[in-house]
Amino acid sequence: MDINTLRILATVMSFIVFIGIIIWAWKRRDTSDFKDAANLPFTND
Amino acid sequence: MQALNTQSATYNDGVIRQFSIMAVVWGVVGMLVGVIIAAQLVWPELNLGLPWTSFGRLRPLHTNAVIFAFGGCTLFATSYYVVQRTCHTTLFLPQLAKFTFWGWQAVILAAAISLPLGFTQGKEYAELEWPIDILITLVWVAYAVVFFGTIGTRKVKHIYVANWFFGAFIITVALLHIVNSAAMPASMMKSYSAYAGVQDAMVQWWYGHNAVGFFLTAGFLGIMYYFVPKQADRPVYSYSLSIVHFWALIFTYMWAGPHHLHYTALPDWTQSLGMAFSLILLAPSWGGMINGMMTLSGAWHKLRTDPILRFMIVSLSFYGMSTFEGPMMAIKTVNSLSHYTDWTVGHVHSGALGWVGLVSMGAIYYMIPRLFGQKQMHSMKAIELHFWLATVGIVLYIAALWIAGVMEGLMWRAINADGTLTYTFVESVKAKHPYYIIRMLGGLLYLSGMIIMLWNVLKTATSGKAAIATIPPVAAHA
Repeated sequence: MDINTLRILATVMSFIVFIGIIIWAWKRRDTSDFKDAANLPFTND
Repeated sequence: MQALNTQSATYNDGVIRQFSIMAVVWGVVGMLVGVIIAAQLVWPELNLGLPWTSFGRLRPLHTNAVIFAFGGCTLFATSYYVVQRTCHTTLFLPQLAKFTFWGWQAVILAAAISLPLGFTQGKEYAELEWPIDILITLVWVAYAVVFFGTIGTRKVKHIYVANWFFGAFIITVALLHIVNSAAMPASMMKSYSAYAGVQDAMVQWWYGHNAVGFFLTAGFLGIMYYFVPKQADRPVYSYSLSIVHFWALIFTYMWAGPHHLHYTALPDWTQSLGMAFSLILLAPSWGGMINGMMTLSGAWHKLRTDPILRFMIVSLSFYGMSTFEGPMMAIKTVNSLSHYTDWTVGHVHSGALGWVGLVSMGAIYYMIPRLFGQKQMHSMKAIELHFWLATVGIVLYIAALWIAGVMEGLMWRAINADGTLTYTFVESVKAKHPYYIIRMLGGLLYLSGMIIMLWNVLKTATSGKAAIATIPPVAAHA
Protein backbone atom coordinates (compact mmCIF):
# COMPACT_ATOMS: atom_id res chain seq x y z
CA MET A 1 0.00 0.00 0.00
CA ASP A 2 1.18 3.51 -0.81
CA ILE A 3 2.42 5.41 2.27
CA ASN A 4 0.13 8.31 1.32
CA THR A 5 -2.93 6.06 1.51
CA LEU A 6 -1.91 5.20 5.07
CA ARG A 7 -1.53 8.88 5.90
CA ILE A 8 -4.94 9.70 4.46
CA LEU A 9 -6.49 6.83 6.41
CA ALA A 10 -4.88 8.00 9.68
CA THR A 11 -6.15 11.54 9.13
CA VAL A 12 -9.68 10.47 8.24
CA MET A 13 -9.79 8.02 11.18
CA SER A 14 -8.65 10.78 13.56
CA PHE A 15 -11.42 13.02 12.29
CA ILE A 16 -14.06 10.31 12.74
CA VAL A 17 -12.78 9.59 16.27
CA PHE A 18 -12.97 13.30 17.10
CA ILE A 19 -16.57 13.57 15.86
CA GLY A 20 -17.31 10.46 17.96
CA ILE A 21 -15.83 12.15 21.05
CA ILE A 22 -18.04 15.22 20.52
CA ILE A 23 -21.18 13.07 20.24
CA TRP A 24 -20.15 10.96 23.27
CA ALA A 25 -19.41 14.02 25.44
CA TRP A 26 -22.63 15.73 24.41
CA LYS A 27 -24.80 12.67 25.10
CA ARG A 28 -23.38 12.28 28.60
CA ARG A 29 -23.66 15.95 29.56
CA ASP A 30 -26.33 15.43 32.25
CA THR A 31 -25.07 12.14 33.67
CA SER A 32 -23.97 11.81 37.28
CA ASP A 33 -20.56 10.66 36.02
CA PHE A 34 -19.79 14.07 34.57
CA LYS A 35 -21.26 15.82 37.62
CA ASP A 36 -19.03 13.74 39.93
CA ALA A 37 -15.99 14.50 37.80
CA ALA A 38 -16.75 18.23 37.67
CA ASN A 39 -17.06 18.26 41.47
CA LEU A 40 -13.71 16.55 42.11
CA PRO A 41 -11.95 19.82 43.07
CA PHE A 42 -14.55 20.32 45.83
CA THR A 43 -14.23 16.95 47.55
CA ASN A 44 -11.26 18.12 49.58
CA ASP A 45 -12.55 20.81 51.88
CA MET B 1 3.26 -0.56 58.02
CA GLN B 2 1.15 1.55 60.37
CA ALA B 3 3.71 4.33 60.26
CA LEU B 4 3.72 4.15 56.50
CA ASN B 5 -0.05 4.53 56.41
CA THR B 6 -0.15 7.62 58.61
CA GLN B 7 2.68 9.08 56.60
CA SER B 8 0.87 8.64 53.31
CA ALA B 9 -2.29 10.21 54.72
CA THR B 10 -0.96 13.71 54.06
CA TYR B 11 -0.33 15.52 50.79
CA ASN B 12 3.28 16.00 49.73
CA ASP B 13 3.39 19.80 49.62
CA GLY B 14 7.10 20.38 50.32
CA VAL B 15 8.12 20.20 46.69
CA ILE B 16 5.16 22.45 45.77
CA ARG B 17 6.34 25.09 48.27
CA GLN B 18 9.82 24.98 46.70
CA PHE B 19 8.54 25.26 43.13
CA SER B 20 6.06 28.06 44.00
CA ILE B 21 8.67 30.27 45.67
CA MET B 22 11.19 29.68 42.87
CA ALA B 23 8.53 30.45 40.24
CA VAL B 24 8.19 33.94 41.72
CA VAL B 25 11.97 34.40 42.10
CA TRP B 26 12.65 33.33 38.49
CA GLY B 27 9.71 35.46 37.36
CA VAL B 28 11.44 38.56 38.76
CA VAL B 29 14.79 37.54 37.21
CA GLY B 30 13.36 36.69 33.77
CA MET B 31 11.24 39.83 33.56
CA LEU B 32 14.20 41.96 34.72
CA VAL B 33 16.29 40.61 31.82
CA GLY B 34 13.31 41.40 29.56
CA VAL B 35 13.26 45.01 30.72
CA ILE B 36 17.04 45.25 30.25
CA ILE B 37 16.89 44.09 26.62
CA ALA B 38 13.85 46.34 25.98
CA ALA B 39 16.01 49.21 27.27
CA GLN B 40 18.87 48.07 25.00
CA LEU B 41 16.55 48.49 22.01
CA VAL B 42 15.93 52.09 23.13
CA TRP B 43 19.57 52.82 24.13
CA PRO B 44 21.86 50.35 22.30
CA GLU B 45 24.85 51.50 24.40
CA LEU B 46 23.36 49.54 27.30
CA ASN B 47 24.91 46.38 25.84
CA LEU B 48 28.08 47.82 27.48
CA GLY B 49 30.08 46.76 24.42
CA LEU B 50 30.60 43.32 25.98
CA PRO B 51 29.72 40.02 24.28
CA TRP B 52 28.16 38.57 27.47
CA THR B 53 25.67 41.43 27.82
CA SER B 54 24.82 41.82 24.13
CA PHE B 55 21.21 41.61 22.96
CA GLY B 56 21.76 38.39 21.01
CA ARG B 57 22.82 36.51 24.14
CA LEU B 58 20.49 38.14 26.68
CA ARG B 59 17.37 37.68 24.56
CA PRO B 60 17.41 33.84 24.73
CA LEU B 61 18.27 34.19 28.43
CA HIS B 62 15.07 36.23 28.85
CA THR B 63 12.86 33.81 26.89
CA ASN B 64 14.29 30.72 28.62
CA ALA B 65 13.97 32.33 32.05
CA VAL B 66 10.35 33.41 31.68
CA ILE B 67 9.11 30.32 29.81
CA PHE B 68 11.05 27.46 31.40
CA ALA B 69 12.07 28.92 34.77
CA PHE B 70 9.01 31.04 35.71
CA GLY B 71 6.46 29.12 33.62
CA GLY B 72 8.10 25.75 34.24
CA CYS B 73 8.27 26.10 38.05
CA THR B 74 4.64 27.31 38.03
CA LEU B 75 3.57 24.24 36.05
CA PHE B 76 5.46 21.81 38.30
CA ALA B 77 3.96 23.45 41.41
CA THR B 78 0.37 23.63 40.17
CA SER B 79 0.32 20.19 38.54
CA TYR B 80 1.65 18.54 41.73
CA TYR B 81 -0.92 20.50 43.77
CA VAL B 82 -3.86 19.66 41.49
CA VAL B 83 -3.04 16.00 40.80
CA GLN B 84 -2.83 15.15 44.51
CA ARG B 85 -6.00 16.95 45.48
CA THR B 86 -8.14 15.66 42.62
CA CYS B 87 -6.81 12.10 42.99
CA HIS B 88 -7.04 12.03 46.81
CA THR B 89 -3.58 10.60 47.10
CA THR B 90 -0.02 11.72 47.79
CA LEU B 91 2.69 12.11 45.14
CA PHE B 92 4.03 8.89 43.65
CA LEU B 93 7.75 8.32 44.47
CA PRO B 94 8.41 11.46 46.61
CA GLN B 95 12.19 11.13 46.18
CA LEU B 96 11.79 11.38 42.41
CA ALA B 97 9.59 14.46 42.91
CA LYS B 98 12.46 15.99 44.90
CA PHE B 99 14.80 15.18 42.02
CA THR B 100 12.50 17.04 39.59
CA PHE B 101 12.89 20.18 41.72
CA TRP B 102 16.67 20.12 42.07
CA GLY B 103 17.16 18.85 38.51
CA TRP B 104 15.02 21.61 37.07
CA GLN B 105 16.89 24.27 39.09
CA ALA B 106 20.16 22.83 37.74
CA VAL B 107 18.82 23.16 34.17
CA ILE B 108 17.90 26.80 34.84
CA LEU B 109 21.32 27.53 36.34
CA ALA B 110 23.08 25.85 33.40
CA ALA B 111 21.01 28.00 31.02
CA ALA B 112 21.80 31.18 32.97
CA ILE B 113 25.53 30.46 32.66
CA SER B 114 25.81 28.95 29.18
CA LEU B 115 23.60 31.40 27.26
CA PRO B 116 25.51 34.62 28.17
CA LEU B 117 28.74 32.72 27.38
CA GLY B 118 27.39 32.25 23.87
CA PHE B 119 26.72 28.50 23.82
CA THR B 120 23.62 27.92 21.70
CA GLN B 121 22.06 25.46 19.26
CA GLY B 122 20.57 28.47 17.50
CA LYS B 123 17.01 27.09 17.68
CA GLU B 124 14.47 29.48 19.17
CA TYR B 125 13.26 28.29 22.62
CA ALA B 126 15.57 25.25 22.19
CA GLU B 127 18.90 27.08 22.47
CA LEU B 128 20.41 24.97 25.24
CA GLU B 129 23.31 22.73 24.20
CA TRP B 130 23.21 18.94 24.20
CA PRO B 131 24.47 18.12 27.75
CA ILE B 132 21.75 20.38 29.20
CA ASP B 133 19.22 18.79 26.81
CA ILE B 134 20.04 15.39 28.28
CA LEU B 135 19.50 16.70 31.82
CA ILE B 136 16.15 18.19 30.72
CA THR B 137 15.15 14.77 29.34
CA LEU B 138 16.02 13.03 32.63
CA VAL B 139 14.06 15.54 34.71
CA TRP B 140 11.13 15.35 32.34
CA VAL B 141 10.94 11.54 32.42
CA ALA B 142 11.04 11.73 36.25
CA TYR B 143 8.23 14.33 36.12
CA ALA B 144 6.13 12.02 33.92
CA VAL B 145 6.70 9.06 36.28
CA VAL B 146 5.68 11.12 39.33
CA PHE B 147 2.64 12.66 37.65
CA PHE B 148 1.24 9.57 35.93
CA GLY B 149 2.19 7.39 38.90
CA THR B 150 0.06 9.65 41.09
CA ILE B 151 -2.85 9.34 38.67
CA GLY B 152 -2.34 5.58 38.56
CA THR B 153 -2.60 5.33 42.37
CA ARG B 154 -5.65 7.61 42.63
CA LYS B 155 -8.41 6.81 45.12
CA VAL B 156 -11.26 8.20 43.01
CA LYS B 157 -12.86 6.89 39.83
CA HIS B 158 -12.48 9.83 37.46
CA ILE B 159 -9.41 11.66 36.24
CA TYR B 160 -10.30 15.34 36.56
CA VAL B 161 -10.05 17.34 33.31
CA ALA B 162 -7.20 19.54 34.61
CA ASN B 163 -5.06 16.39 34.88
CA TRP B 164 -5.79 15.54 31.24
CA PHE B 165 -4.37 18.90 30.21
CA PHE B 166 -1.32 18.54 32.49
CA GLY B 167 -0.78 15.00 31.18
CA ALA B 168 -0.96 16.08 27.53
CA PHE B 169 1.49 18.89 28.30
CA ILE B 170 4.00 16.49 29.87
CA ILE B 171 3.82 13.86 27.09
CA THR B 172 3.93 16.36 24.23
CA VAL B 173 6.80 18.40 25.63
CA ALA B 174 8.81 15.16 26.00
CA LEU B 175 8.14 14.28 22.36
CA LEU B 176 8.90 17.80 21.08
CA HIS B 177 12.09 18.13 23.09
CA ILE B 178 13.55 14.80 22.01
CA VAL B 179 12.75 15.19 18.30
CA ASN B 180 13.84 18.83 17.94
CA SER B 181 16.97 18.50 20.10
CA ALA B 182 18.29 15.49 18.16
CA ALA B 183 21.83 16.54 17.30
CA MET B 184 25.34 15.27 16.65
CA PRO B 185 27.74 16.53 19.36
CA ALA B 186 31.00 17.98 18.04
CA SER B 187 32.45 18.86 21.46
CA MET B 188 31.27 19.35 25.04
CA MET B 189 29.26 22.48 24.22
CA LYS B 190 28.81 22.35 20.45
CA SER B 191 26.51 20.20 18.34
CA TYR B 192 24.91 20.08 14.91
CA SER B 193 21.21 19.48 14.26
CA ALA B 194 20.19 16.03 13.01
CA TYR B 195 18.17 17.71 10.24
CA ALA B 196 19.18 19.95 7.37
CA GLY B 197 17.72 22.87 5.44
CA VAL B 198 13.97 23.29 5.24
CA GLN B 199 13.36 20.02 7.14
CA ASP B 200 15.32 21.49 10.04
CA ALA B 201 13.23 24.66 9.84
CA MET B 202 9.98 22.66 9.82
CA VAL B 203 11.05 20.45 12.76
CA GLN B 204 12.05 23.60 14.66
CA TRP B 205 8.69 25.32 14.14
CA TRP B 206 6.73 22.14 14.71
CA TYR B 207 8.54 22.24 18.05
CA GLY B 208 8.25 26.01 18.45
CA HIS B 209 4.54 26.28 17.88
CA ASN B 210 3.73 23.23 19.96
CA ALA B 211 5.86 24.64 22.76
CA VAL B 212 3.35 27.50 22.65
CA GLY B 213 0.46 25.06 22.29
CA PHE B 214 1.39 22.56 24.97
CA PHE B 215 3.90 24.21 27.34
CA LEU B 216 2.26 27.66 27.32
CA THR B 217 -1.34 26.64 26.64
CA ALA B 218 -2.32 23.08 27.63
CA GLY B 219 -0.40 23.25 30.92
CA PHE B 220 -1.89 26.60 31.85
CA LEU B 221 -5.37 25.41 30.83
CA GLY B 222 -4.85 22.70 33.43
CA ILE B 223 -4.29 25.53 35.92
CA MET B 224 -7.41 27.30 34.65
CA TYR B 225 -9.64 24.20 35.00
CA TYR B 226 -8.73 23.74 38.67
CA PHE B 227 -8.04 27.20 40.10
CA VAL B 228 -10.85 29.18 38.42
CA PRO B 229 -13.57 26.82 39.78
CA LYS B 230 -11.86 26.82 43.22
CA GLN B 231 -11.52 30.59 43.44
CA ALA B 232 -15.06 31.14 42.10
CA ASP B 233 -16.31 28.35 44.39
CA ARG B 234 -18.40 26.64 41.71
CA PRO B 235 -17.71 23.73 39.34
CA VAL B 236 -16.64 24.36 35.77
CA TYR B 237 -19.43 25.67 33.51
CA SER B 238 -19.61 22.57 31.26
CA TYR B 239 -17.71 19.35 31.77
CA SER B 240 -18.76 18.14 28.29
CA LEU B 241 -17.30 21.27 26.73
CA SER B 242 -14.07 20.74 28.65
CA ILE B 243 -13.72 17.26 27.09
CA VAL B 244 -14.40 18.54 23.58
CA HIS B 245 -12.03 21.46 24.28
CA PHE B 246 -9.27 19.04 25.26
CA TRP B 247 -9.54 16.72 22.25
CA ALA B 248 -10.02 19.58 19.79
CA LEU B 249 -6.74 21.13 20.99
CA ILE B 250 -4.95 17.78 20.81
CA PHE B 251 -6.13 17.05 17.28
CA THR B 252 -5.38 20.50 15.80
CA TYR B 253 -2.38 22.11 17.51
CA MET B 254 0.18 19.71 16.02
CA TRP B 255 -0.52 20.97 12.48
CA ALA B 256 -0.19 24.72 13.01
CA GLY B 257 3.63 25.06 13.01
CA PRO B 258 4.10 25.88 9.28
CA HIS B 259 2.53 29.34 9.80
CA HIS B 260 5.94 30.37 11.18
CA LEU B 261 7.41 29.67 7.73
CA HIS B 262 5.06 31.48 5.34
CA TYR B 263 6.73 32.61 2.09
CA THR B 264 9.87 30.56 2.75
CA ALA B 265 11.37 27.50 1.02
CA LEU B 266 8.74 25.35 2.74
CA PRO B 267 6.38 23.80 0.13
CA ASP B 268 3.35 26.01 -0.51
CA TRP B 269 0.83 23.28 0.36
CA THR B 270 2.45 22.85 3.79
CA GLN B 271 2.13 26.57 4.43
CA SER B 272 -1.56 26.52 3.44
CA LEU B 273 -2.19 23.47 5.63
CA GLY B 274 -0.58 25.25 8.60
CA MET B 275 -2.70 28.32 7.93
CA ALA B 276 -5.94 26.28 7.71
CA PHE B 277 -5.28 24.49 11.00
CA SER B 278 -4.30 27.75 12.69
CA LEU B 279 -7.70 29.16 11.69
CA ILE B 280 -9.49 26.04 13.00
CA LEU B 281 -7.67 26.53 16.34
CA LEU B 282 -9.82 29.57 17.05
CA ALA B 283 -12.75 27.25 17.86
CA PRO B 284 -11.22 25.17 20.68
CA SER B 285 -9.40 28.21 22.06
CA TRP B 286 -12.56 30.23 22.39
CA GLY B 287 -14.51 27.19 23.59
CA GLY B 288 -12.03 26.90 26.47
CA MET B 289 -12.12 30.60 27.20
CA ILE B 290 -15.94 30.61 27.30
CA ASN B 291 -15.91 27.56 29.57
CA GLY B 292 -13.59 29.34 32.02
CA MET B 293 -15.46 32.65 31.94
CA MET B 294 -18.94 31.13 32.20
CA THR B 295 -17.82 29.29 35.34
CA LEU B 296 -18.41 32.69 36.93
CA SER B 297 -22.02 32.97 35.74
CA GLY B 298 -24.11 33.95 38.73
CA ALA B 299 -21.00 34.97 40.65
CA TRP B 300 -19.75 37.93 38.63
CA HIS B 301 -20.01 40.19 41.69
CA LYS B 302 -17.01 38.33 43.15
CA LEU B 303 -14.80 40.11 40.62
CA ARG B 304 -15.45 43.37 42.42
CA THR B 305 -13.97 42.21 45.71
CA ASP B 306 -11.58 39.39 44.78
CA PRO B 307 -8.36 40.51 43.08
CA ILE B 308 -7.15 36.89 42.71
CA LEU B 309 -10.23 35.94 40.70
CA ARG B 310 -9.69 39.10 38.66
CA PHE B 311 -6.16 37.91 37.75
CA MET B 312 -7.67 34.68 36.43
CA ILE B 313 -10.56 36.17 34.49
CA VAL B 314 -8.55 38.99 32.89
CA SER B 315 -6.01 36.33 31.98
CA LEU B 316 -8.79 34.47 30.11
CA SER B 317 -9.67 37.70 28.29
CA PHE B 318 -6.09 37.97 27.10
CA TYR B 319 -6.21 34.28 26.12
CA GLY B 320 -9.27 35.01 23.97
CA MET B 321 -7.63 38.09 22.49
CA SER B 322 -4.34 36.47 21.56
CA THR B 323 -6.01 33.30 20.22
CA PHE B 324 -8.06 35.53 17.92
CA GLU B 325 -5.01 37.54 16.87
CA GLY B 326 -2.89 34.41 16.26
CA PRO B 327 -5.14 32.73 13.66
CA MET B 328 -5.58 36.10 11.97
CA MET B 329 -1.80 36.58 11.73
CA ALA B 330 -1.47 33.01 10.37
CA ILE B 331 -3.47 34.02 7.26
CA LYS B 332 -0.84 34.29 4.55
CA THR B 333 -1.83 37.76 3.31
CA VAL B 334 -1.88 39.16 6.85
CA ASN B 335 1.37 37.38 7.61
CA SER B 336 3.06 39.02 4.62
CA LEU B 337 2.58 42.29 6.51
CA SER B 338 3.14 41.12 10.08
CA HIS B 339 6.00 38.62 9.76
CA TYR B 340 9.44 39.78 10.99
CA THR B 341 7.85 42.93 12.52
CA ASP B 342 7.32 43.87 16.17
CA TRP B 343 3.63 42.98 15.78
CA THR B 344 4.70 39.35 16.28
CA VAL B 345 6.59 40.28 19.44
CA GLY B 346 3.51 42.16 20.69
CA HIS B 347 1.28 39.15 19.93
CA VAL B 348 3.53 36.78 21.87
CA HIS B 349 3.54 39.11 24.86
CA SER B 350 -0.23 39.51 24.84
CA GLY B 351 -0.34 35.74 25.33
CA ALA B 352 2.68 35.49 27.62
CA LEU B 353 2.14 38.49 29.92
CA GLY B 354 -1.65 38.47 29.66
CA TRP B 355 -2.66 34.81 29.62
CA VAL B 356 0.27 32.77 30.98
CA GLY B 357 1.56 35.41 33.41
CA LEU B 358 -1.73 36.47 34.97
CA VAL B 359 -3.17 32.95 35.38
CA SER B 360 0.12 31.82 36.99
CA MET B 361 0.07 34.72 39.42
CA GLY B 362 -3.57 34.01 40.28
CA ALA B 363 -2.81 30.33 40.96
CA ILE B 364 0.27 31.13 43.08
CA TYR B 365 -1.70 33.70 45.11
CA TYR B 366 -4.26 30.93 45.69
CA MET B 367 -1.72 28.31 46.75
CA ILE B 368 0.79 30.25 48.89
CA PRO B 369 -1.44 31.00 51.92
CA ARG B 370 -2.76 27.41 51.90
CA LEU B 371 0.74 25.95 51.66
CA PHE B 372 2.00 28.05 54.58
CA GLY B 373 -0.99 27.68 56.91
CA GLN B 374 -2.32 31.22 56.46
CA LYS B 375 -5.89 32.42 55.88
CA GLN B 376 -4.88 34.71 53.03
CA MET B 377 -1.90 36.51 51.51
CA HIS B 378 0.03 38.94 53.76
CA SER B 379 -1.43 41.95 51.91
CA MET B 380 -4.57 41.88 49.74
CA LYS B 381 -3.97 45.57 48.89
CA ALA B 382 -0.61 44.59 47.37
CA ILE B 383 -2.37 41.99 45.16
CA GLU B 384 -4.76 44.72 44.02
CA LEU B 385 -1.83 47.00 43.19
CA HIS B 386 -0.03 44.16 41.41
CA PHE B 387 -3.12 43.52 39.29
CA TRP B 388 -3.34 47.10 38.07
CA LEU B 389 0.40 47.50 37.47
CA ALA B 390 0.40 44.29 35.41
CA THR B 391 -2.73 45.12 33.41
CA VAL B 392 -1.68 48.68 32.54
CA GLY B 393 1.81 47.37 31.72
CA ILE B 394 0.44 44.77 29.28
CA VAL B 395 -1.83 47.28 27.55
CA LEU B 396 1.04 49.77 27.08
CA TYR B 397 3.31 46.98 25.85
CA ILE B 398 1.02 45.44 23.26
CA ALA B 399 -0.47 48.73 22.01
CA ALA B 400 3.01 50.16 21.42
CA LEU B 401 4.11 47.10 19.47
CA TRP B 402 0.90 46.96 17.41
CA ILE B 403 1.63 50.47 16.19
CA ALA B 404 5.36 49.87 15.75
CA GLY B 405 4.82 46.55 13.96
CA VAL B 406 2.12 47.60 11.52
CA MET B 407 4.03 50.81 10.82
CA GLU B 408 7.30 49.09 10.00
CA GLY B 409 5.50 46.44 7.93
CA LEU B 410 3.87 49.16 5.85
CA MET B 411 7.18 51.06 5.52
CA TRP B 412 9.01 47.95 4.28
CA ARG B 413 6.49 47.32 1.50
CA ALA B 414 6.00 50.97 0.42
CA ILE B 415 7.14 51.44 -3.18
CA ASN B 416 7.65 54.60 -5.24
CA ALA B 417 6.10 55.09 -8.69
CA ASP B 418 9.39 53.99 -10.30
CA GLY B 419 9.44 50.75 -8.31
CA THR B 420 12.17 51.67 -5.82
CA LEU B 421 11.66 51.32 -2.06
CA THR B 422 10.23 54.42 -0.37
CA TYR B 423 12.08 53.85 2.92
CA THR B 424 15.47 52.48 3.84
CA PHE B 425 15.52 49.84 6.58
CA VAL B 426 17.12 52.21 9.07
CA GLU B 427 14.28 54.70 8.60
CA SER B 428 11.83 52.05 9.82
CA VAL B 429 14.07 51.39 12.84
CA LYS B 430 14.21 55.09 13.65
CA ALA B 431 10.42 55.45 13.36
CA LYS B 432 9.96 52.76 16.05
CA HIS B 433 12.03 54.58 18.68
CA PRO B 434 9.18 56.26 20.62
CA TYR B 435 7.21 53.00 20.70
CA TYR B 436 10.22 51.12 22.05
CA ILE B 437 10.25 53.58 24.96
CA ILE B 438 6.55 52.93 25.68
CA ARG B 439 7.14 49.17 25.42
CA MET B 440 9.98 49.38 27.92
CA LEU B 441 7.80 51.37 30.34
CA GLY B 442 5.04 48.76 30.00
CA GLY B 443 7.54 46.02 30.80
CA LEU B 444 8.85 48.02 33.76
CA LEU B 445 5.32 48.27 35.20
CA TYR B 446 4.83 44.52 34.76
CA LEU B 447 8.18 43.84 36.48
CA SER B 448 7.37 46.14 39.40
CA GLY B 449 4.13 44.23 39.96
CA MET B 450 6.15 41.01 40.06
CA ILE B 451 8.57 42.49 42.62
CA ILE B 452 5.60 43.42 44.83
CA MET B 453 4.40 39.84 44.48
CA LEU B 454 7.78 38.49 45.59
CA TRP B 455 7.66 40.70 48.70
CA ASN B 456 4.08 39.61 49.42
CA VAL B 457 4.88 35.91 48.94
CA LEU B 458 7.98 36.03 51.15
CA LYS B 459 6.06 37.93 53.86
CA THR B 460 3.29 35.32 53.80
CA ALA B 461 5.74 32.41 53.81
CA THR B 462 7.91 33.73 56.65
CA SER B 463 4.97 34.68 58.90
CA GLY B 464 3.44 31.23 58.46
CA LYS B 465 4.91 27.76 58.60
CA ALA B 466 4.79 24.75 56.32
CA ALA B 467 1.23 23.47 56.54
CA ILE B 468 0.50 19.74 56.62
CA ALA B 469 -2.64 18.95 54.63
CA THR B 470 -4.31 15.64 55.36
CA ILE B 471 -5.95 13.63 52.63
CA PRO B 472 -9.71 13.44 53.22
CA PRO B 473 -11.30 9.96 53.14
CA VAL B 474 -12.55 8.77 49.78
CA ALA B 475 -16.07 8.55 51.21
CA ALA B 476 -16.16 12.33 50.92
CA HIS B 477 -16.45 11.69 47.22
CA ALA B 478 -20.17 11.11 46.71
